[in-house]
Amino acid sequence: MATPVLRWCCPGRRWVFAGIGGVSRHGRGVPTGSTSSGKRGQSSVAQQPLITAQKPRKGEREWAAVVGLEIHAQIASNSKLFSGSQVDFAAPPNSLVSFFDASLPGTLPVLNRRCVEAAVMTGLALDCHINRRSLFDRKHYFYADLPAGYQITQQRLPIAVNGSLAYSVCVGKRRSQMVTRTARVKQIQLEQDSGKSLHDSLRSQTLIDLNRAGVGLLEVVLEPDMSCGEEAAAAVRELQLILQALGTSQANMAEGQLRVDANISVHNPGEPLGIRTEVKNLNSARFLAKAIDYEIQRQINELENGGKILNETRSFDYKLGLMPEPNLPPLLLYDSGSLPPGTDPQQVINIDQLREQLPELPRVTREKLVQQYGMLPEHSFALLNEVGLLEFFQNVIKETRAEPKKVTSWVLNTFLGFLKQQNLAVSESPVTPSALAELLDLLDRKAISSSAAKQVFQELWRSKGKTPAQIVAEKQLELMQDAEALEQLCCSTLEAHPQVVTDVKKGNPRAINKLIGLVRRATLGRADPTVIKEVLERQLSS
Amino acid sequence: MLGRTLREVSAALKQGQVTPTELCQRCLSLIKKTKFLNAYITVSEEVALKQAEESEKRYKKGHSLGDLDGIPVAVKDNFSTAGIETTCASNMLKGYVPPYNATVVQKLLDQGALLMGKTNLDEFAMGSGSTDGIFGPVKNPWSYSKQYREKRKQKSHGKNEDSHWLITGGSSGGSAAAVSAFTCFAALGSDTGGSTRNPAAHCGVVGLKPSYGLVSRHGLIPLVNSMDVPGILTRCVDDAAIVLGILAGHDPKDSTTIQDPVKPFTLPSLTDMSKLCIGIPKEYLTPELSSEVQSLWSKAANLFESEGAKVIEVSLPHTSYSIVCYHVLCTSEVASNMARFDGLEYGHRCDIDVSTEAMYAATRREGFNDVVRGRILSGNFFLLKENYENYFVKAQKVRRLIARDFVNVFNSGVDVLLTPTTLSEAVPHTEFIREDNRTRSAQDDLFTQAVNMAGLPAVSVPMALSSQGLPIGLQFIGRAFCDQQLLTVAKWFEKQVQFPVIQLQELMDDCSSVFENEKLASVSLK
Repeated sequence: MATPVLRWCCPGRRWVFAGIGGVSRHGRGVPTGSTSSGKRGQSSVAQQPLITAQKPRKGEREWAAVVGLEIHAQIASNSKLFSGSQVDFAAPPNSLVSFFDASLPGTLPVLNRRCVEAAVMTGLALDCHINRRSLFDRKHYFYADLPAGYQITQQRLPIAVNGSLAYSVCVGKRRSQMVTRTARVKQIQLEQDSGKSLHDSLRSQTLIDLNRAGVGLLEVVLEPDMSCGEEAAAAVRELQLILQALGTSQANMAEGQLRVDANISVHNPGEPLGIRTEVKNLNSARFLAKAIDYEIQRQINELENGGKILNETRSFDYKLGLMPEPNLPPLLLYDSGSLPPGTDPQQVINIDQLREQLPELPRVTREKLVQQYGMLPEHSFALLNEVGLLEFFQNVIKETRAEPKKVTSWVLNTFLGFLKQQNLAVSESPVTPSALAELLDLLDRKAISSSAAKQVFQELWRSKGKTPAQIVAEKQLELMQDAEALEQLCCSTLEAHPQVVTDVKKGNPRAINKLIGLVRRATLGRADPTVIKEVLERQLSS
Repeated sequence: MLGRTLREVSAALKQGQVTPTELCQRCLSLIKKTKFLNAYITVSEEVALKQAEESEKRYKKGHSLGDLDGIPVAVKDNFSTAGIETTCASNMLKGYVPPYNATVVQKLLDQGALLMGKTNLDEFAMGSGSTDGIFGPVKNPWSYSKQYREKRKQKSHGKNEDSHWLITGGSSGGSAAAVSAFTCFAALGSDTGGSTRNPAAHCGVVGLKPSYGLVSRHGLIPLVNSMDVPGILTRCVDDAAIVLGILAGHDPKDSTTIQDPVKPFTLPSLTDMSKLCIGIPKEYLTPELSSEVQSLWSKAANLFESEGAKVIEVSLPHTSYSIVCYHVLCTSEVASNMARFDGLEYGHRCDIDVSTEAMYAATRREGFNDVVRGRILSGNFFLLKENYENYFVKAQKVRRLIARDFVNVFNSGVDVLLTPTTLSEAVPHTEFIREDNRTRSAQDDLFTQAVNMAGLPAVSVPMALSSQGLPIGLQFIGRAFCDQQLLTVAKWFEKQVQFPVIQLQELMDDCSSVFENEKLASVSLK
């Protein structure tokens, strides 16, 4: 299936190649994005302030940016949207291609029920109106990786419309405050993915892999309600979490399961919107934010220098119009009220039934965390941001007597810090929730000091299989529980350092700390400094 | 034996009067003898003989699969057949051997039918003559019939007889000729605007276009998806009903087929004619209609009336918009459907490798004939964003009006409409090619094509021979999914008119000897 060809040169589309080693090479509306990246998981929502493009310098005009998004999410389904071919990201090229996928003449599309359910669930989760009747269209393009010469999509009457996506961004001087923003969801449509083509310039060939051709996509169109890269990235991140919670898409950007195109324009507030340009095929939230802010800045610079923004995305792809897909009857959905009596439940889709099956959405999970554990909102975000982290946290909470705040702090600071440092996923952590719970218990009943706890944690990370108690025993890290022995140590320390005692009595407030330090050293760090302080103060005053 | 109907030969097989292998061999030998008709593109001799052998084993064990077991059939070359070349009479698909069977083909094979071969057509079924395919035109068996030859002798005094051979009509001309010339007992055609009924009328056979959605299109290489229906060509109405009974029903591979279970299509005899109401659409009385067809049409109406049926004039007011509306919808879908033929996955690919675009362009230029390219061009024009509303959307609205015309008529109590199938009897090829394909199609589809817009069932039944000794068929149009009622009326009519059998044998022997002298490639057998 290789074609000896030159690929197409795209008329002025702006490509942003993101990701490590990522290569992106398409120029067109059919979503692509087959870049790979060595990075694990998703980078968190950009918390660093990015280029804030619309900050006016003194005496200059003020600019406002408007950002809309088109997001393509591969539906998590065993088979493709209109054929029985398997979906597998890692299969050898062209091994998952049905006659329909290869567009053999005479083959017809048969709609995959699972994909429809995924679209309905996603629509419900985004508060969309679910159209009881939706239609499929053909959108025509001549591309080697689109075998039929058209993509089956839902342009005119999509399955879901008019929803909203609430997401949060950090604001304030120290970016410590989280505020919720909302982007309107214009529509969600079902459509086919294209195949992939790889250009081999050395041999002047284009290689085509149709494994992806016909995989079901959800196209989620967000209205231009965002104003910078950070907001766009946060919205995408929230959508990603929702899709993952629903199980409707794995939504891994690095693997191309979630691809984002952004429409960007700038204007002076109070004036009509400017001319849009598109940034396409962005494959990580961080690069999305960067690319959008870069484009905003570029447009501002262009306009301030008297230039014009050209809508560079218009191209002849779109001139060939749509046509209704004649081989698929209208897609009809029912609710419990409209379900015709005596219908086979296998033959129809009941929206109400799917609504009942909706899992808890990330927003609700976070609200619960804040309520239940008195957690800061940003901590609830952080817990949901890593795959498996929330579950880890909840498992620790279940098994420990330690305060939720302590658990939160340990999970988000110590545990997550170690993971990030070593580039590991939660599931790959050498420390189990039970081990951390046990460690926090030791800390909670003051069996060890917090510095000792850090040491134990490090040891847990290093030597798999040992329990915290074992490590504490081996390293003799338990706090001195023998009050008499501590009294003795304090007493002898005071006797051995009369000068310091004098300093204390003279009223030098720092002198007592020196004594505490000396006692701690004598205990090999196993005594609680506050207890030492108590004992010393009592002995000094007696 | 070969002159019998499907039902008769099926009975003969069951009674052991003939074996499937004998039957198969006789048909194969007749196919060779009538090769000059050009009805077949591919003759699947080996496959058919193997199938016959299997069938024979079943008969010996007394486990025949049903009415079609051991019956030779032919399939239009735009149905996908696993392991057998499927060309659509186009360079684009020359050498294309599909890996799967169309559902209708599979159903025939599952019933034990013997696949004799793939029949000729207009390229991608675009035409009304079966003259515009890369394998050349199909010749109408009636050109060589005793009936026609005798009439001609009276008129033309000893001119070169063969230069006046007649077209079959189309685009399923190969299938019609194959059934008409006794080389098989039933054949599949396809019908998008009349492509089954038109050649059936010209070749003196029964041509059924079932209701849209009753028979699976999976594996039928599309012309216009929303109008295409597999068609059935047989020697009598009962045979068409038998084949329809086998083909009809839901196909999970075609989402446009009906879900409801299909009732059997055995046809009762019409007894109480007084309950029948026949509608005669007044718009179908056009100036182009030949006087002979017109008078047969009236005669048929009178026949129904005299037998007690109610016959009324009805109106289908949007009929005159049908052709232009069809043109827009058809070419638009063609443009879309043909987009897949890019030389990448299958079919023809040119040698040019400068760029993808150059490769596409050359492949499609070499692969498609002028007719196909012309339709793609118009279709792309209608689908242009700026034209879409003005053409495609409007045409869809008109289509709805046309369909509503029929609904209104049927709601007024009409059971079946009676119309001509074609303007006249078959014309000589020399005359036919004086007009271009588009003009011809527009003229020839006049009575047939509105039916496709409305998705209704319709059948052409041969009524009588013209003064030239050529068959003339009339069309019955039924309510959607009332195919059985339609066929019941058609069967009654068929019985009344007693259409004569084509007298082919002696002349064919004569012709084939004539043709054997010519430089003809030997029969290519697959």
